[in-house]
Amino acid sequence: MSVSSNTLRLVSIASPVLLVVIWQACASGGLIDTRFFPAPWAVAQEGWLMVKSGEIWTHTGISVVRILVGFLLGAVPGVIIGLAMGLSPLVRAIMQPLISATFPIPKVAILPLFILMFGLGEMSKYAVIAISVIYLVIINTYEGVRGINRIYMDVGKNFGATRWMMFKDVALPGALPNILAGMRMALAVALLIIVAAEFLGAKAGIGYLIWDRWQIFAIEKMYVGPMKTAILGFLSTWLFDLAEYLFMPWRRQDSNR
Amino acid sequence: MMRAEERRVAFRAVTKSFVSSTSSVTAVGPIDLDVRDGEFLCILGPSGCGKTTLLRILGGLEHQTTGDVELSPIDGRTPTNAMVFQEHGIFPWLNVKDNVAFGLKARKLGRRQRGEIADTLIEKVGLGHFKNAYPHQLSGGMKQRVSIARAFATDPDILLMDEPFAALDEQTKILLQAELLRIWEETRKTVLYVTHSLDEAIVLADRVLVMTNRPGRTKSIIDVAGIFPRPRDVEAIKRSPEYGLVFAQIWEALRDEVIAHAREPGA
Repeated sequence: MSVSSNTLRLVSIASPVLLVVIWQACASGGLIDTRFFPAPWAVAQEGWLMVKSGEIWTHTGISVVRILVGFLLGAVPGVIIGLAMGLSPLVRAIMQPLISATFPIPKVAILPLFILMFGLGEMSKYAVIAISVIYLVIINTYEGVRGINRIYMDVGKNFGATRWMMFKDVALPGALPNILAGMRMALAVALLIIVAAEFLGAKAGIGYLIWDRWQIFAIEKMYVGPMKTAILGFLSTWLFDLAEYLFMPWRRQDSNR
Repeated sequence: MMRAEERRVAFRAVTKSFVSSTSSVTAVGPIDLDVRDGEFLCILGPSGCGKTTLLRILGGLEHQTTGDVELSPIDGRTPTNAMVFQEHGIFPWLNVKDNVAFGLKARKLGRRQRGEIADTLIEKVGLGHFKNAYPHQLSGGMKQRVSIARAFATDPDILLMDEPFAALDEQTKILLQAELLRIWEETRKTVLYVTHSLDEAIVLADRVLVMTNRPGRTKSIIDVAGIFPRPRDVEAIKRSPEYGLVFAQIWEALRDEVIAHAREPGA
């Protein structure tokens, strides 16, 4: 059975809407306990109140800044290390055992250590995001370089490409699809980690908001937090689609072929 | 043996072995070979006889196991080379112009100078309207034109061509052979050209080196320049009675080697 692309687009919009409608119906009809599962409408109203009071922007803004700073602190060195590992057997030999040994450690488990090291301020948040991001970026970048057809390395070598050119003009663009895929995952993980980190040692942020409302049993308000992370997640997907379009012009399907 | 001043490249008892943890296979040699300055040498031989390995040694991509490769200096400097690879040799992430300018960038030429040289070469291979196109927008023949332009752009003393047209259809191949000859006639660079096609070797080469089955050595060298003078007309060559004679001569040298290769286990 073939389905037209317009139909598919419509279905993918309709499915989350339908879920919300069913949820609302169940809540209104008394089929679910609204103390735990408040109606979407009630959550939306709470959310709107928080938008009007500005509270929502403060908390979201703080979390977003933490994610972005932490992400950059992890992703930039991650790409550099991954490329170096892909190009240099020596760097690979040094890094690979270290990564294999430390990658499985749950990064949230290091948060108390970071709080000891950096205090309760922003730095401990940046650090835990960065450490979560860097592994995914390193591993994906490295795999990306390994997956580059040998012939491009040969071309670089035969034409006397400098080390910098091999890095920037061969390895980086060759691995870019993998790098962006790794960053996509890493940003999703960063969202997850920041909420967990803010449960513990924070006075603001999306995680703090959820935890604080849970403690005072303001369930509708508590639901606003996950909603926001969902929206941020959606925005990040869109952002990466845009990044792929901008940074990989050779992948664009062109119409005038 | 040719006189030293005519010579551009000399292989002296060169061998190449590929060693794995369990075995060692000698792919090439020992081979002795002189390549004349400005000559177009085609290399024929059964699969796996190390034709490509000879090019890769010259191109700095591999090192011989034993023996010497001597390059006669030009005005006191070591001759440069550039390789035209089989299909997929151009970078998918660079547009035509940046692909052609790649070797110039490696030589640290300024952006403007790179652009000018690249533009000239792109025009020369007839891709003027495709400067900003990416490889996925080009046909196989156009991609190989880019590859040829990139090699000529660095103005190398030696051109190494590894079955550049092998993946193309017959019609495109004929057109590109004629174009290659036209561009080559302008500069008469020393060319080492690996091919599987006897026809291609006859049309392009001054001399044809036929290699033995693995480990590849010199089986015989057939002079074509004496029969078909330059500049050449590809169609006229194919129509001439000499064409068939040269073809038979090359095939006679090659046939036993191809049969030997076909009888090897795993062949």
